[in-house]
Amino acid sequence: MGHEAQETDAPAFVDFKEVQSTEQFQELRKRHRSFVFPMAIAFLLWYFAYVLLADYAVGFMSTKVWGNINIGLILGLLQFVSTFAITGWYVSYSNRKLDPIAAEIRHEIEGHEFDKHGNRVSGEAK
Amino acid sequence: MTFMVPAVNVADLKDTTALNMGIFALFVAITMVIVIRASRNNKTAADYYAAGRSFTGPQNGTAIAGDYLSAASFLGITGAIAINGYDGFMYSIGFLVAWLVALLLVAELLRNTGKFTMADVLSFRLKQRPVRIAAAISTLAVCFFYLLAQMAGAGSLISLLLGISDWGGQALVIIVVGALMIMYVLIGGMKGTTWVQIIKAMLLIAGAAVMTFWVLAIYGFNLSDLLGGAVETSKNPSILNPGLQYGKTETSKLDFMSLGLALVLGTAALPHVLMRFYTVPTAKEARKSVVWSIWLIGIFYLFTLVLGYGAAALVGADTIKGAPGGVNSAAPLLAFHLGGPLLLGFISAVAFATILAVVAGLTITAAASFAHDIYASVIAKGKADANTEVKVARRTVVVIGLLAIVGGIFANGQNVAFLVALAFAVAASANLPTIVYSLFWRRFTTQGAIWSMYGGLGSAIILIALSPVVSGAKTSMIPGANFAIFPLSNPGIVSIPLAFLLGWLGTVLDKKLEDTTKQAEMEVRSLTGVGAEKATNH
Repeated sequence: MGHEAQETDAPAFVDFKEVQSTEQFQELRKRHRSFVFPMAIAFLLWYFAYVLLADYAVGFMSTKVWGNINIGLILGLLQFVSTFAITGWYVSYSNRKLDPIAAEIRHEIEGHEFDKHGNRVSGEAK
Repeated sequence: MTFMVPAVNVADLKDTTALNMGIFALFVAITMVIVIRASRNNKTAADYYAAGRSFTGPQNGTAIAGDYLSAASFLGITGAIAINGYDGFMYSIGFLVAWLVALLLVAELLRNTGKFTMADVLSFRLKQRPVRIAAAISTLAVCFFYLLAQMAGAGSLISLLLGISDWGGQALVIIVVGALMIMYVLIGGMKGTTWVQIIKAMLLIAGAAVMTFWVLAIYGFNLSDLLGGAVETSKNPSILNPGLQYGKTETSKLDFMSLGLALVLGTAALPHVLMRFYTVPTAKEARKSVVWSIWLIGIFYLFTLVLGYGAAALVGADTIKGAPGGVNSAAPLLAFHLGGPLLLGFISAVAFATILAVVAGLTITAAASFAHDIYASVIAKGKADANTEVKVARRTVVVIGLLAIVGGIFANGQNVAFLVALAFAVAASANLPTIVYSLFWRRFTTQGAIWSMYGGLGSAIILIALSPVVSGAKTSMIPGANFAIFPLSNPGIVSIPLAFLLGWLGTVLDKKLEDTTKQAEMEVRSLTGVGAEKATNH
């Protein structure tokens, strides 16, 4: 299986603890978490608020707004809208704030990678 | 009203059997050719399990949609909306919003840290053997529940199309579906399976789009009039309001909450969905796949809203309930009402294809988990070579295929979406806490993982066994007995928080600390993609 040799597995001699403690990595971690955690909490709260309303505020949800369209249907459709919006927002955030810094760290590590014998190899030559 | 509702005569459907079978045979023939062509390059374990990591984001996103939009989504949700109105719509919303958990918290990090299975990620920085075994067991359990649901869908569809409600006839067709699925997976591996998913997703979404357009056209593209039609046919205005199915008692309201919780937290813990993220070359492509699938799945669920109320308006709940296949027959009956035998034939063939493709995806996941996590890592202690591992995987495919056939023959009558919701509850309880903790909580330990996985899996399954789903109600699997001491039909509201709690408790009570180097490696790799396996070049 000739091509299996090209697959990179765990780069054996990277000091991950050192990488983890670099300012650059800490910044990446902070940027990632400061986006995904609040966002996850926000959409889960909005979703459960909706479920609770549908469950315990049937009268409110059944209020007709336009023709046969009631508040429940509108809020349900808004769940679709918010899902699409958060998806788009996250993609643009990752492209701008996460990918460049992740690529930089990756390049740095893979550029200083060592093979099993301790010889330095570049990312491309592996 | 200018549009009268001509009764759909269920007996007429038998005349279209030959046509249905012809369209389905054509689908099988075309996909089989593609699978055989795609499988020529299957050489390594990465090829067999992860399609050589060579799919693009949009391709994989379409395949994920194909995997996710199972018979539950198409037959189950349409039926649930047609009968229970707004409460059925809840399924669509939960199933869709759930993707944000996968997008934000799981997909990319998982792609960066694992190789083939969910257990790769869970056991990354914890003790290999116990965590791998636990993850493999929960993978097999979730796949089994999901398979049961799909097979129940196959049974419903068959009984409607062929008009056979007798046990032997249905069993025969389930055997045929199972045998075909085994062939796809054996020959095609992940690559062949992925192509089947892609083709099926496109056919399913196209078919649903045509029907949606048609239904809307009947009502002059006025959603309000369509809803009015549904009220008129059902003679029940509350079909538009929440609570028709779940609003009856305080217990059923709690059940609704439980369902909502399981739906939104289940997706990111489904092993067959997680495994799809390994078929792309990078985390960025994994992100693209999720974005692509969120759009496809979201649009499809908007279609099911129209189709469900359309079936309620044009076919009528009584006709649907009376048809062979019951609730699950709403979509095919609507197709017959709209486009006659030809559209019914097309939609039924698509529904068959849906079941076939999802079952294939589940089977390859279960087989990979058994061969990679249990056989290679635990039984052979990491000494098995890739060829032997793939050989074991192929044999597992046959065994799982046979189990699915037997399970499918016995699972019947239940709403498919409901059965899938149980699989979601099991997945969310057994897998999600450990996935989240091991990705984001530095202190998390092996004991926490073991407690959470077995506690979540065990409590979910025991609560289902003690619920009205299994005994004590008219619609139970064992209607004669009554040991239903747990009143809710979905266990999520108890088992999911319990699993999170156990994961936390197991960790803080664990005197042993995990290797911080491994934790650092996992964190760096998950966020940067260092050392993640690239695509194989052929």
